[in-house]
Amino acid sequence: MTAVRAAPPTGVPASVLERYEPVIGIEVHCQLRTASKMFCGCSTDYDGAPPNTHTCPVCLGLPGALPTINRLAVEHVLTTGLAIDATIAATTRWERKNYFYPDLPKGYQISQYAIPLAAAGRLTFGTSGGDVTVGITRAHLEEDTAKLVHATTPDGRKVSLVDFNRSGAPLMEIVTEPDVRSAEAARRYAEELQLLLRAIGVSNADMERGQMRVEANVSLRPRGTEAFGTRVEVKNMNSFRSVERAVNFEIERQAAALDAGQPLVQETRGWDDGRGSTYQMRLKETSEDYRYFPEPDLPPLKVDAVWLDEVRARLAELPTARRSRYTSELGLSAYDAAVIVADPAMSAAFSAVLASDPSLPPKEVANLVAGDYGRAAKEIQERTPDGLVGRSSAAELAELLRRVAAGELSRANAKEVLGEHVRSGEAVSGIVAARGFRQISDASALSDVVDEVLAANPAAVGDYRAGKPQAVGFLVGQVMKATRGQANAGVVQAALRERLDRPAGDA
Amino acid sequence: MATLSRDDVAHVAHLARLGLTDEELARLEGQLNHILDQYAILAQLDTDAIPPTAQTIELENILRDDVVQPSFTPDEALANAPERDGDFIVVPPIIGDSEP
Repeated sequence: MTAVRAAPPTGVPASVLERYEPVIGIEVHCQLRTASKMFCGCSTDYDGAPPNTHTCPVCLGLPGALPTINRLAVEHVLTTGLAIDATIAATTRWERKNYFYPDLPKGYQISQYAIPLAAAGRLTFGTSGGDVTVGITRAHLEEDTAKLVHATTPDGRKVSLVDFNRSGAPLMEIVTEPDVRSAEAARRYAEELQLLLRAIGVSNADMERGQMRVEANVSLRPRGTEAFGTRVEVKNMNSFRSVERAVNFEIERQAAALDAGQPLVQETRGWDDGRGSTYQMRLKETSEDYRYFPEPDLPPLKVDAVWLDEVRARLAELPTARRSRYTSELGLSAYDAAVIVADPAMSAAFSAVLASDPSLPPKEVANLVAGDYGRAAKEIQERTPDGLVGRSSAAELAELLRRVAAGELSRANAKEVLGEHVRSGEAVSGIVAARGFRQISDASALSDVVDEVLAANPAAVGDYRAGKPQAVGFLVGQVMKATRGQANAGVVQAALRERLDRPAGDA
Repeated sequence: MATLSRDDVAHVAHLARLGLTDEELARLEGQLNHILDQYAILAQLDTDAIPPTAQTIELENILRDDVVQPSFTPDEALANAPERDGDFIVVPPIIGDSEP
């Protein structure tokens, strides 16, 4: 397959990285996939809903309202903890993080502070410089805030508008150790984490929809030194690409300040994607003072071995395990395995097609899935209940591969059949019959067409004979066109070469 | 004697978004120090053999299933709002970003 990688964001000059070592820690907030909120029964299906239609006394923080813990949200964090090799706390509790802001109706956020549900985990991911493992300090559970919209009233007053639909939605915070050393690794960590969260079914983790929010703590230190430099928190990145760009920008900005002898200040900076730069959001003059204390409205939570084993038994295959199974057991290349595992539609199709016909060579299935099928996945948003693209079915995709392998269908025609099947869901046999596709592999049946194409394209023939063997590709294309894609490309190429390689006078 | 300074009191007041006069700060400085002195007396008790507790009711693992319950209508939710704009609650303008 031919995958074109997007041009990498502008990197930091090597001269900067020779002198300074970036030290980066990443904090991710992700919304958990539950039907109801963290501490009340309000629906979490509020995306696109009118404001303040998903609220109740609990998530509005009305006096006397009491929270109750959503079991599934707890299990999602346990699942995540197991997936990142973390230690699960046997007993955990809830704490109040106190601050005043209009998006927080109670004046505190129920969170976990002293004892997170999961601690001391790790995540491994590939980068252009090889595999990197990043330590994960903690994963804990908390509640989301309301949403503020800034507006001006008709009489010219600046106001904020509050929508409490998101208030109290379950949120998981995952914090890494300061182990990340480059902007690329920061992006790759976020990508791999998204893949993992989706694979284990705990979050949709869509960055553009705010279901996954990535913040990076960036500092520099002179190469060869240990002490951490002044840390700057960067937020408001709403794509993986902007994570990489923002961190790169921050590394350069901090290096320039340090080179100029200007002291850095501890601050929070926002990423402006349009300008491609960060800007100051607020100074952290005093250390954060949230006055955490145990939440008296909620009893402590004990996670015993029985419960944890139940969660472990339901744990889906992790991306790392799947990639290594695809390479070691099924013989895929590391590249194909990474491409397929990274895409839910390709992943679903690959396993479903192989399950439908285990006799198919995995490499052939991978070529289809990562190739034409993968391209269709980008064009067509519709998915079947099994996660396949459009209206396709695993049994029909297997049938398509069998017909190609049996020489009944040319690859060019197979591509058309695939496109039609994915769109309509119609059976491969029906499409082939209706279109009259039948691969022509008999060289004598192709002989006339090959001669006609050679006669009609003297320029290409000349090029070939002048030492440009790639001209044969153009001629194969012409034969395919003349046979409506039904010719066996291999047979055509052999027939063309056989004629072209004869001494010129005999043609 | 507890030694909470005037600045400490002003800091705590700021965190609670309370605007206090100098007179109030002075009065609260005395009161808060008095409260801390009472805690200092409690802190003399030997609690080494007692596990820390944040709960007086001996319950644990009170969980609910992930089931949706009906929500308020916007009119119910906004019944006590000081000002509305459609179904939004209007509050004074907030500059800067949200926590967390």
